[in-house]
Amino acid sequence: MTNREFEYVGTRPVRHDGVDKVTGRAAYGADVSLPGLLHGAVLRSPHAHARIVSIDTSAAEALPGVQAVVTARDIPPNSAKVLLGGEAALDLGDMSDCMLARDKVLYNGHAVAAVAATSLDIAREAANRIEVVYDVLPPVTGIDQAIAPGAPQLHQSFANNVANRMEFKRGDVERGFGEADVVIEREFRTPMVHQGYIEPHACVARYGQDGRLTVWCTTQGPFVVRDACAGILGVDAAKVKVIPTEIGGGFGGKIVVYLEPLAAVLSRKANRPVKMVMSRDEVFRASGPTSGSKVRLKVGAKRDGTLVAARASLWYEAGAYRGSPAGAGAMCLLAPYRIPNFVIEAYDVVVNKPKVAAYRAPGSPMALFATESVVDEIARELGMDPIELRLRNASVEGDRAPYGPVYGPIGLKQVLEAARSHPHWKAPLGANQGRGVACGFWFNAGMQSSATVTLNLDGSAAVLTGNPDIGGTRVAQAQMVAEELGIPVERVRPSVADTDTAGHTDVTGGSRVCYATGMAVIQAAGDVRDQLRARAAQIWKVDIASVRWKAGRAIPPSGNGSHQPLTVAELAAQMPHTGGPIVGRASLNAPMAGPGFGAHICDLEVDRETGRSTVVRYTAIQDVGKAVHPSFVEGQMQGGAAQGIGWALNEEYIFDAGGVMENPGFLDYRMPVASDLPMIDTVIVEVANPLHPYGVRGVGEVPIVPPLGAVANAMRDATGIRFTELPLSPPRVLSALLHTESPNQSAIRIPQSAMS
Amino acid sequence: MMSKLHVETTINGQPVEFLCTGSETLLDALRNTIGLTGTKEGCATGDCGACSVILNGRLVPSCLVLAPEAQGQSVTTIEGIAEGERLHPLQQKFLEHAALQCGICTPGLIVAAKALLDAKPSPSEEETRYWLAGNLCRCTGYEKIIRAVLDAARAGSAAL
Amino acid sequence: MAVVHFPSGWTEHTGGIEEITIDAPRVDELMAALAQRFPGLIAILEQSAVAIDGQVYHHARYQTLRQDSEVHLLPAISGG
Repeated sequence: MTNREFEYVGTRPVRHDGVDKVTGRAAYGADVSLPGLLHGAVLRSPHAHARIVSIDTSAAEALPGVQAVVTARDIPPNSAKVLLGGEAALDLGDMSDCMLARDKVLYNGHAVAAVAATSLDIAREAANRIEVVYDVLPPVTGIDQAIAPGAPQLHQSFANNVANRMEFKRGDVERGFGEADVVIEREFRTPMVHQGYIEPHACVARYGQDGRLTVWCTTQGPFVVRDACAGILGVDAAKVKVIPTEIGGGFGGKIVVYLEPLAAVLSRKANRPVKMVMSRDEVFRASGPTSGSKVRLKVGAKRDGTLVAARASLWYEAGAYRGSPAGAGAMCLLAPYRIPNFVIEAYDVVVNKPKVAAYRAPGSPMALFATESVVDEIARELGMDPIELRLRNASVEGDRAPYGPVYGPIGLKQVLEAARSHPHWKAPLGANQGRGVACGFWFNAGMQSSATVTLNLDGSAAVLTGNPDIGGTRVAQAQMVAEELGIPVERVRPSVADTDTAGHTDVTGGSRVCYATGMAVIQAAGDVRDQLRARAAQIWKVDIASVRWKAGRAIPPSGNGSHQPLTVAELAAQMPHTGGPIVGRASLNAPMAGPGFGAHICDLEVDRETGRSTVVRYTAIQDVGKAVHPSFVEGQMQGGAAQGIGWALNEEYIFDAGGVMENPGFLDYRMPVASDLPMIDTVIVEVANPLHPYGVRGVGEVPIVPPLGAVANAMRDATGIRFTELPLSPPRVLSALLHTESPNQSAIRIPQSAMS
Repeated sequence: MMSKLHVETTINGQPVEFLCTGSETLLDALRNTIGLTGTKEGCATGDCGACSVILNGRLVPSCLVLAPEAQGQSVTTIEGIAEGERLHPLQQKFLEHAALQCGICTPGLIVAAKALLDAKPSPSEEETRYWLAGNLCRCTGYEKIIRAVLDAARAGSAAL
Repeated sequence: MAVVHFPSGWTEHTGGIEEITIDAPRVDELMAALAQRFPGLIAILEQSAVAIDGQVYHHARYQTLRQDSEVHLLPAISGG
């Protein structure tokens, strides 16, 4: 498999949906319109924590143009039915309560009521006329406050606001630390941050008198939306059809459901289609950012650099309902290293903030920020090159992952060696510049996928899957069909289907599309190929077992000199005569892909007068198994790196004492812009994943993990200061620079309150 | 109910007339009334650039322009960048360089980049990055976008 | 005989046991044996992923086990 010569896989064809996207023709969620459309608006809680005493919707209902008003009373009460869909199974009861608060509001922005009206202005005006009486409760706005004795409790079902505790252990940590010559212990904090997709959540729902619901929406998972709507509304899945539009970014934030069942209920009440689009303010306050975290990590090493022991405690904010990626964080924390003795505990902590959703390798960036910072400190303490130290301890095939199973083929060593030999690693640094390196890890999901490949009479083909195309997966699927059938990529039309026309497919996310859906596509194309061989066998009157296939042609058995090979087009033209249409299909439930590892090198220049940092050079190296379309693989690496850089340098949710977000806009929630970044070099390493026919491992999530550590390590190198709290924004950095007498001072934590 | 204003304007070289309230933005009018949905709303506060259009030769965020301000003016949107079936070099280079992943920022970026190349046909990398700093992209890290714009600039000057 | 490993955090439901050998040719029979032995684990088992000889499955109920399979139970993770 690793030596296979590819004709189309590994090339860079223009994506089939590209012209639509560069001309503005492609239709995203908010671009959908229907006759008779109503517009929906949501009334949201101004309080972070309160009991709902009463809701009076009469003034809203009386406003001309208002066609429907709904509250939680209009949603059937759900017992905690569970929908598997993420690292914490999606709880329908929680999702329903999050969508429209029933008894309590648990975060500023929590939806309380919704209105459908003939214009958006009228809907918003009506929402403002709904009178809600709240019994305001003291909010819990952070981890320390949440777990402290006597803290206000968000839910009855668990104590101390801790929804879950997980633990992973190996060996004997005390004995391990006893063998260590160097022990580093630090406490790290990262803020709540948002995926930052540029397209807000948007949908149109049309509930028919026949009880059938059609939903157009921007989503990473049309089948998740379908099952969530069916579950929350209490109807058969077959009554719900979800048509995914193009999606303007997701990164995990569009796997969960906020608007669609709400729009459906409004549509049912009003008997007209309803469109709902979140404003940017609503996206920040009321969708699903990722957890703020506190990670305490202690690592011991021998003088020769061998890591011998680690002890860690992780606290992750779940937001208003349980389900942070604390468990995933605990499992990722030590994944790059072979450490024989460790204890890792992780806590899922509820706080009065929006319920967190997945964000690209959820849980891993915060954990590896801690690990890679501590490993960097150990390297400094021992006087060792940071890459050498990592290589000395790097996990390899046959090692046991910290979460239990043994690693199959993995590429961490190859990635680190590529980093060490990259010109970036040895390039000279200028004044006030520092360099950092860090690793990243993600499991890479498998899960369920279906694919259909159909053949046209002229020998062109179509491939259909249920995965919205966030970053080039359509063209990759066309490349796979081209490869399997031996026809040019331009003769394959890839499409994203809806929930009626695609077999069940799990989300576009988890770095799984080219791996799991790709496998289904390859199998479906193989099914077509087998059917073509059968047609050739029929034409030649030979046994199908004797028909070979090479380079897009059925080859007759030797000795049959009168028969010439038949191309796909020739066989396709004969379909009606040889048995009818050819449809290839496949569906599967793939095991997890095989972990991905990356290493990034970051050069940072720090302006000592303003505290502002500039990334002056950046290299991202990653094992992807096999790059089907290298341009889009590079794009994933660069995009993930940019998000991680933003997380490290500037992004954070800023809350006031009442738990209200103060920066729900792009001006003050500062994501990287073009002038913030240099060219991001990429190096693709390919250590084949044996579970996939081409070796594909998945690429999308790993690249957000290394930047937090790489940037923090570069900052340490540039300033002499070890920052343990993100973001390394100018006020924090400047304050530390001004307070530091000597460059060798150890960890400084500046409380946010001291900086304003 | 507010009575509507009648606006006559030119969009992508064509005369267009529409009705709007005094508080509607040009972005609202383009998307909801005129039916040109290529221009996107990302924030409605002028911070993301997804709504970029060219108004009388000037790059503006259409979410901060009131619809009535288009009266008698000339507007270029993403739908007007290609010449019939022939893509503009920027559009071609965006495709060749894979300078888009989800594509939501692409219309705004192409309009902004066209305004750049109209003003400065051979920008440096730094000039390009600062000109495009008003257009957020969350997917690409900007790398391939910058390469595409610089390549389009080269192609443009090579054609002269 | 499959050797089954649990995350150490589950041991509050297993009386401290982190590893147990169970004779079962298939995952559903293995899970039934675990549920019978450790009733406190039932809710967790329903939502956990299963790694069999290094391959991690989210839905493993009818996966077959070899005579000496190594099984790890762990939280189900997908991603974003």
